[in-house]
Amino acid sequence: MTTRVFEKWYREDRLPHIFCTGCGNGTVMNCAIKAVDTMQWEIDDTVFISGIGCSSRAPGYISTDSLHTTHGRALTFATGVKMANPDLNVVVFTGDGDLSAIGGNHFIHACRRNIDMTVICMNNMIYGMTGGQGSPCTPAGKISTTTPYGATEPTFDLAGLAVAAGANHVARWTSYHTKELTKAIETGLSTEGLSFIEAMVQCPTAYGRRNKLRNAIDMVEWMRTHSILLQKARRLEAEGKPIPEDHFTVGEFVNRHRPAMGVKR
Amino acid sequence: MQGNRACCEGALAAGCNFFGGYPITPSTEIAELMALKLPKRGGTFIQMEDELGSMGSIIGASWTGARSMTATSGPGFSLMMENIGYAVMTETPCVVVNIQRGGPSTGQPTMSAQGDMMQCRFGSHGDMATIAVVPSTVQEMYELTAKAFNLADRFRVPTFVMSDETIGHMREKIVIPDKVDIVPRKPLLEGKLPFEPDEDGVPGFAQFGSGHRVHVTGLTHDERGYPDTTDPEVHEKLVKRLYNKVESKRHEIADYDAVNTEAETVFITYGPCARTVRQVLHDHPGECIGHLNLRIVWPFPEDTMKLFTNAKTFIVPELNLGQMVREVARHTTGEKVVSMPKIGGHIHTPAELYRAVEAER
Repeated sequence: MTTRVFEKWYREDRLPHIFCTGCGNGTVMNCAIKAVDTMQWEIDDTVFISGIGCSSRAPGYISTDSLHTTHGRALTFATGVKMANPDLNVVVFTGDGDLSAIGGNHFIHACRRNIDMTVICMNNMIYGMTGGQGSPCTPAGKISTTTPYGATEPTFDLAGLAVAAGANHVARWTSYHTKELTKAIETGLSTEGLSFIEAMVQCPTAYGRRNKLRNAIDMVEWMRTHSILLQKARRLEAEGKPIPEDHFTVGEFVNRHRPAMGVKR
Repeated sequence: MQGNRACCEGALAAGCNFFGGYPITPSTEIAELMALKLPKRGGTFIQMEDELGSMGSIIGASWTGARSMTATSGPGFSLMMENIGYAVMTETPCVVVNIQRGGPSTGQPTMSAQGDMMQCRFGSHGDMATIAVVPSTVQEMYELTAKAFNLADRFRVPTFVMSDETIGHMREKIVIPDKVDIVPRKPLLEGKLPFEPDEDGVPGFAQFGSGHRVHVTGLTHDERGYPDTTDPEVHEKLVKRLYNKVESKRHEIADYDAVNTEAETVFITYGPCARTVRQVLHDHPGECIGHLNLRIVWPFPEDTMKLFTNAKTFIVPELNLGQMVREVARHTTGEKVVSMPKIGGHIHTPAELYRAVEAER
């Protein structure tokens, strides 16, 4: 049986979406829409903005005003929208390549300005749209079409970057942690200033296929077993114990009240 | 008043209420003045992290209904190219001021040039048409900047003020009119699709927050605004419309001065070179030397050349190695075309131009 949720927020005439079978982006999109709906935002007062990549196709399926912009530049367009009309609610969908490679400079400056918007990054650790090239978030040793012998470059810690650059609210969850992710986005939407939500997502097509995680379930299971709560990681650190290899932290990294720009009048 | 200040004053008079910019010589005074003046008028000034960001911000602002603008020079202009193409594809009205300097690359930051005339027309990838105004005086800097906003809104196309260091940093007396004509963009009417053109080829504008729930994408899209990237007909229809909505109106929107239309030798200028030609005409009042000065160079108004019915020679002085002269040459009907390129940062002297006239005797 199909249960339709938050129907009014979707453009039914755009479905089916282009995400591959098993992709985690739809899950993140649903979590975001649920959070937006919980906020009781008006469709006509809300704008979804994105750059280029798999994640960036999401606004095209949402029934609000939306800007599907150029690669890496979504945050600059969002800055224009929000600074010109602070009464609009602005949510940005982006991906690891879009945000941290080609758009890295805009990312840190949007966090520094702390503009009142929520930025949701679907981090699939790969360039999915172009067929599986290595990104700044492809873990060491992992195979992509441009890292055929295994990635050798260190990765970006996107959440850490957002904290350092000044975002008011930063959290990281995965497409497995739907309740926590939804809650984190909700907190982000109600935070004055920039909220950055990193959502780790499975990409069985472009990433998992080359890295022994061919099934979506395998990748979701990998995220479940390799995510470690921030509090636990900090405890391990305090005890001088190492964080297990290949693990990543999830949780709320920061929730603070630095002065924000573009706040509703 | 300084040319760059006149640019700001013209923009503000035209209702500019959003400026996103990045400092670059010789355009920086425009950003500085906007930073000073916009907040006091309820507008928004934001200094972006680079010119890619400047261009993105003014496009975003424009979708909220703002009259938005940025100002830059050569290197920054190059960085804006991708998002300029996005503005063309998404029919986003915005004004981009380029106070040109010597290039390529960092070139001559403090010297004058007109080396970007082709870039503002063909610089972004894909087929497109844009509008470019070029002032030759500080007065025109004021008037044409204001006019650029109306053109951008009417045609929903990025419109360029292609000035240069000479006019940008020149100080002249100007007359500020009591009122500047403001022709706002037409809104999207009920029952119309957001990218469904009216008879003039331009769709009504579905401002964000107005309830139209428009999806805006740089992908090839249909009249609903939805991506359709593999149907050749959809792409051809869209791109031809974007091109024709501007190019088909090139004679209607032409803005020029034609002096001594009976002359056999005719200068064709845009920007500061017009000043030197005016000096030549002033110094040789007994001689019939023609002068066509274009205030809008793109779309190129080739019919204006036909006003000079006795023309045998068109002389085209430019502060580049010969750019608009090619556009002149391809519209001639047997007349000789003489290119007078000059680079290095100085404008032509009257003597240089007069020698070119003498050579045609």
